[in-house]
Amino acid sequence: MHMADALISPAVGGTMWTATAGLIAYSARKVKAAADDRAVPLMGVLGAFIFAAQMINFSIPATGSSGHLGGGMILAILLGPYAAFLVMASVLVVQALFFADGGLLALGCNIFNLGFFPCFLAYPLIYKKIAGGAPTQRSVMAGSLIAAIAALQLGAFGVALETVFSGISDLPFRTFVLLMQPIHLAIGVVEGLVTAAVVTFVWKARPEILNAAEGFGRIGSVDMKKVLWGLAAVAVIAGGALSWFASSNPDGLEWAMFKTSGKEELESRDGVHATAAVVQERTALLPDYGFRKSEAAPGADAGQPWPAVDPGTSVSGLVGGALTLLLAVLIGLGLRRRKSAA
Amino acid sequence: MNNIGRNSFDIGYMDTLAGGDSYLHRLDPRAKLITAFLFIVAVVSFGRYAVFALIPFLVYPAVMISLGGLPYGYLLKKVLVVSPFAIVIGIFNPLMDREIVMQIGGIGISGGWISFASILLRFVLTVSAALIVIALTGFNTVCLALTKLGVPRPFVVQLMFFYRYLFVLTDEAERMVRARSLRTFDAGAMRFKTFVPLIGHLLLRTLDRAERIYLAMRCRGFDGRIPMIRSLRIHFREVAFVTGWAVLFTVLRCYNIPLLLGSLVTEAFR
Repeated sequence: MHMADALISPAVGGTMWTATAGLIAYSARKVKAAADDRAVPLMGVLGAFIFAAQMINFSIPATGSSGHLGGGMILAILLGPYAAFLVMASVLVVQALFFADGGLLALGCNIFNLGFFPCFLAYPLIYKKIAGGAPTQRSVMAGSLIAAIAALQLGAFGVALETVFSGISDLPFRTFVLLMQPIHLAIGVVEGLVTAAVVTFVWKARPEILNAAEGFGRIGSVDMKKVLWGLAAVAVIAGGALSWFASSNPDGLEWAMFKTSGKEELESRDGVHATAAVVQERTALLPDYGFRKSEAAPGADAGQPWPAVDPGTSVSGLVGGALTLLLAVLIGLGLRRRKSAA
Repeated sequence: MNNIGRNSFDIGYMDTLAGGDSYLHRLDPRAKLITAFLFIVAVVSFGRYAVFALIPFLVYPAVMISLGGLPYGYLLKKVLVVSPFAIVIGIFNPLMDREIVMQIGGIGISGGWISFASILLRFVLTVSAALIVIALTGFNTVCLALTKLGVPRPFVVQLMFFYRYLFVLTDEAERMVRARSLRTFDAGAMRFKTFVPLIGHLLLRTLDRAERIYLAMRCRGFDGRIPMIRSLRIHFREVAFVTGWAVLFTVLRCYNIPLLLGSLVTEAFR
């Protein structure tokens, strides 16, 4: 469920980047403050373990599908939330760079969805409550199962929210949520079972490891209040800083506004909005797409015709598109030839 | 070679590419990172029906791949096999949005197909931009750039450690999976009952390895910092590189080149 660059708007991507950067800085400070050299190689190697373990699949009987270890939850159990968050973030950075899973702008969303929810919500609020203190096999099992399911549900909900706010996909919020949540319930159950089984396996084989992880919990106890306040601050600042950007580029917000208020745009058309509208009209081949929606509602053929139906524009767009494509390819090939000749 | 082996081979190959020597390879990694980021922001800032206006942006990957001497075919294949999430979500657009917005020779094209095409194009552009950065720079140099850009040191150290041991652990996992499949007549996928101890043992070995690394580092006087010898400088060429691309992206963002070009051509024939 990696969020992709192709599906997000700059405003959503930027906000999530800011939130994630804040969390990384905060976690890094916490890990540094714990000053445990032992953590440095442990975190690195456990990240590599998660990466390797994700490639090993097992078959789920009677479904024809397969499951694997997810990561966030088991890392939180072994390392505590802050270190686990950093490890999860590093895994996602490498996946984004080498496998282009997601992408650079969506990285903020992905780290948040797959790192924040398991490490900072599910682990302290669910796992610790059930299996903290004196763990037994049953409590470890129940704790990791429920926590993993909850983390994935929240993550999937995050993906749905980010996609809908970006407004690139046409899926309505309700449909999207109805699509995402059940799928991720199944994935969550599988991940929960795997996490629980692996944790109990380790606990049986070497109980001191989990106890050490508890001791490692000096950096394990989350000050939830601080994290939440920090996040609220980030949201406000990011919202303020990005609102200029968002309004000069109203794609996502415009759509969200249309959805919520039924109006294509709010009435004010002055200042930034007016210039934004000009820029928008100049740049878009199919300008002001909001029209189409409001047009479709009363009746498909009522109202003014949508601008791009003009066949002239379509043809010149197609011709020009093909030409530009050709040019881009030619530039690439030309440079390559010159290079090999040189 | 099974799936696991291929993955680590892929990562290794990207670093091999980064070992190349070209103008772009020698450029300060910060310049490349910032340019890639500007490119992605410019691409995703288009409205959701933008298709033609996005095409000129292909010039960026084309130029970078050519000047950097990267293999076109390999990168193209990587873009194509990459995670299909965007495509899975995008394919709903033609289903949800069926209004005809464009006529080409009597065939109506609905808004949904146009926005789907837009998603595919965005996908190709953004994915190739990310891959190009790493193929021209290499991971450790990217990490160095991140330190210089102010990313907290514990996180950069984590990235470098993770990357260093990624190969070691994927090899280890591959050996374990191969050993299992050689000892079973069941060539199919693993069952849960086998999977859990296998992963569990991999985890135990990993923890032991962490302990060994820690002791080895103590012996060598490691203090949690990885010193980096290579120093980075911003020269005129880095500034020129970023500014040049930024100007081009802005122009491409503000003017719909294909439309202008197309109307020029169709006018000429009219």
